Amino acid sequence: MTFASLRNLGIRCAIAAVMASQMTAARCEDSTITIDNFTFAPAQLTVKVGTTVTWKNQDDIPHTVVSAGKFKSKALDTDDSYSFTFTTAGDYKYFCSLHPHMTGMIKVE
Amino acid sequence: MSAFDHDHTNDDPRISRRKVLECMTWAGTGVLWTISGGVPRSLGLVGSAQAAEPAGLTFLQISDSHIGFDKPANPNALGTLEEAIGRIKAIPVKPSFMIHTGDISHLSKASEFDDADRIISQAQLDVHYVPGEHDFIDEEVKLYRERYGRGTKGAGWYSFDASGVHFIGLVNVVDLKAGGLGNLGAEQLEWLENDLKGRSKSTPIVVFAHIPLWSVYPTWGWGTEDGARALDYLKGFGSVTVLNGHIHQVMQKVEGNVTFHTARSTAFPQPAPGTAPSPGPMKVADDKLRSLLGTASIIFKPGNESLAIIDTPLQG
Ligand SMILES: [Cu+2]
Repeated sequence: MTFASLRNLGIRCAIAAVMASQMTAARCEDSTITIDNFTFAPAQLTVKVGTTVTWKNQDDIPHTVVSAGKFKSKALDTDDSYSFTFTTAGDYKYFCSLHPHMTGMIKVE
Repeated sequence: MSAFDHDHTNDDPRISRRKVLECMTWAGTGVLWTISGGVPRSLGLVGSAQAAEPAGLTFLQISDSHIGFDKPANPNALGTLEEAIGRIKAIPVKPSFMIHTGDISHLSKASEFDDADRIISQAQLDVHYVPGEHDFIDEEVKLYRERYGRGTKGAGWYSFDASGVHFIGLVNVVDLKAGGLGNLGAEQLEWLENDLKGRSKSTPIVVFAHIPLWSVYPTWGWGTEDGARALDYLKGFGSVTVLNGHIHQVMQKVEGNVTFHTARSTAFPQPAPGTAPSPGPMKVADDKLRSLLGTASIIFKPGNESLAIIDTPLQG
């Protein structure tokens, strides 16, 4: 991630923090999803706008992370990761295009 | 006795046919099947069955070579493919051709396809390929098609005839839908329907594809969403054999006129359905690995509509 995008993320997080002012700990924590045993864990994740989610493949088989029309990783070999920053609220369903029975969802609030 | 005491890659003309048969007997925990009218009948173990000269069409199936795979389940997938090809070269009666049911490569890299080609071509047999999902990983999905897709339709499907048998190579690893299984798609199904139209129902049919066309274990994605549509078109044919790879273990099922058969991988074994947290590569004891890898040869005898399938592990 470049410095500029880090700064952008910082600003977005600050806005998110203000909007979430009722919450005592409105932090912008980046999140990680691990891919193990052909499963996204956690399979469902709720994050704030501005969060960068990183998927890390810990299987001995390549996987992908694809959300139709939203984001698409290349094939992730063992220990490869892919990150996407969510700038718009919504439900993002995604799957592995190599093993389509692997599905997950990111809820962005 | 180590696996290598009996390992012979047989460029050596001094190795007699008898010696080869001895080795085959030793290696042969596989079973020779003959399938008559849809009913499989075991003819015995590979070694003894191999001694009987097959009269008719013989072809081989190899699958899931995963060139580029280097994890603990088998750090040397290239080496075990080389061993498998060595054994193929040693078969006393040269098969007519070979089919490869996909996952030639592990990550669709040009170097992986190069290595696979270099080893497989040593068998000096025509090879008919269909792609596995690992062969369609490159961004533009063109490496497989440039190498193996010449003269094929769509993503790489085709058919051909040999000794009165109609062979159909299908592609079920493209355009997979979230939550779904393998997929043939409308265009391919339409092509298949037309390909079979007007063909005599007594023509023996061999269909081969990477992912099983039947539901082996949908929980692990081991099946094809629209496979039943394809099987519909094959209804009424007297003898239909469906061969696939993908699940890295031998499995066989007979349903009416259709016999389903999956081949071993030459790279690494996968667990039996539901016996592990995932279908990922299965690490087994080093001295057991070769008993779980292997090839299949299929003998078609014209006239009696029977197919004999011989599964040959790399080591018994
Ligand atoms: Cu996957």
